[in-house]
Amino acid sequence: MNTKVIIAGVTFNNPIMTASGTFGSGAEYSDFVNLNRLGAVVTKGVANVPWEGNPTPRVAEVYGGMLNAVGLQNPGIDLFIERDIPFLKHYDTKLIVNVCGKTAEDYCEVVERLADQPVDMLEINISCPNVKEGGIAFGQDPKAVEAITREVKKHARQPVIMKLSPNVTDITEMARAAEAGGADALSLINTLTGMKIDVHRRKFLLANKTGGLSGPAIHPIAVRMVYQVAQVTELPIIGMGGVMNAEDAIELMLAGATAVSVGTANFTNPAVTAEIVDGIEEYMAEQGLWDINEIIGAVE
Amino acid sequence: MAEKFKELAIIIRQEEIADNIYSMWLRTEQIAQYAKAGQFVSLYCNDGSRLMPRPISICEIDKGDGAIRIVYRVAGEGTKEFSVLHTGEQLEVVGPLGNGFPQKSRRAFLIGGGIGIPPMLELAKELNCEKKIVLGFKDELFLVEEFKRHGEVYIATEDGSVGTEGNVLDAIRVNGLTADIIYACGPTPMLRALKDYAIEKELECWISMEERMACGIGACLACVCKSTNKDSHTNVKNKRICKEGPVFRAREVEFE
Repeated sequence: MNTKVIIAGVTFNNPIMTASGTFGSGAEYSDFVNLNRLGAVVTKGVANVPWEGNPTPRVAEVYGGMLNAVGLQNPGIDLFIERDIPFLKHYDTKLIVNVCGKTAEDYCEVVERLADQPVDMLEINISCPNVKEGGIAFGQDPKAVEAITREVKKHARQPVIMKLSPNVTDITEMARAAEAGGADALSLINTLTGMKIDVHRRKFLLANKTGGLSGPAIHPIAVRMVYQVAQVTELPIIGMGGVMNAEDAIELMLAGATAVSVGTANFTNPAVTAEIVDGIEEYMAEQGLWDINEIIGAVE
Repeated sequence: MAEKFKELAIIIRQEEIADNIYSMWLRTEQIAQYAKAGQFVSLYCNDGSRLMPRPISICEIDKGDGAIRIVYRVAGEGTKEFSVLHTGEQLEVVGPLGNGFPQKSRRAFLIGGGIGIPPMLELAKELNCEKKIVLGFKDELFLVEEFKRHGEVYIATEDGSVGTEGNVLDAIRVNGLTADIIYACGPTPMLRALKDYAIEKELECWISMEERMACGIGACLACVCKSTNKDSHTNVKNKRICKEGPVFRAREVEFE
């Protein structure tokens, strides 16, 4: 049975990854998951300097999903290189570093700092809905997507994944723009901007008022967008959005994803990622499927 | 590394001990072995539409029986789901989480306010020193008789129906109480007032904080509080309540 998948020349033991921001750098989850079982750990977004993030409350539950407005709190690239990368290198899993910034220079500075690090790929977050500067500002205009992609590619040693926002009229335009800018792969989807109000207290549940909606509530949107993007680009896609189990992951692969990230489900079950890897192997056995690559984009 | 476990816990028994306040004993062999006063557990809903665990403080630990007790208020659909579970039914639990209270042999104030009262019970059991237990309620009392087995108990109620009318600090002042160290859990205004009181009286003060959480294990950075100094993990002036806390030295916490 072959569960290996290849993205931009990097071979992953299996297609299951962690969605950035839900898994830290893996240390906390290593109490519950054998990280060697994962295709890759995608780390929480890291910037050139430490970020304090948004005021609390930063999360709220909604029916079938959750809102978050953490605001990309992160320890900055120096401590990340000193502490998080060495930790992850103890494991037989690929390391994808998610990069955030407020300006193009910020992104490039982080990418340059990572150039000589044992990192397999970079995922560029141009789609965070929870920070005022940077983030989504780069991700909602095709010209900006192309420009930031091109700029990052100039400085990057590792293959570059652009993480796209679903908060756009037509995600295929953004996918084409990233491809035109030289992206090696695409991640989609980031969270959808939402809001929740406490009707008894007449107050917003999040200090930031709005937050990114994730969880099973957005899964059908992710499936649709992965499918649409797969029709217009040759770039490999890492699909994500409300994946709770192996079936959800397989659905995204059938829609066109080469790999799948698991995010919010980690909060519902800290051992879920490894269980999904097991579930994919069970599915392959049931289907008499020898190579997982056969299901990529195989929806009829 | 701190020992944490994911267990399918079995409900030993559950009862409503005050209006909307429930007491549940859970069989959790591993969690009970490692748990200590001031730590919490994450309870997972059986209903798949509710994704986030509910962090609930540990009220009592019975290592011999491999069981923990939680006392919680029904605050929404998730806790409502827990409140209707019966003996023998199951619940996914992760724990023990967080740091717990440091335990020192000094004359202690154990101060609880509202649904912050339950974790003080296990601390009252574990601490072997002179204890003055000060409990603040809105109106209806709970757990008071159990606290009385472990120290002198003073009550404050907002409506004045029992004990001192007012808050826990009113009860301390009215009764002329003194101690060398404070352990406290309760609403933010109470903790803020205790921080100021401890500074004024030059007392060591440990407070258990609360914030809405997602992962419960330190990964997602949802449940932070502002800290006086830069935290060594986050590298900013934010501490993770679920990991570095929930118990902090009061002067480490910046209230906004």
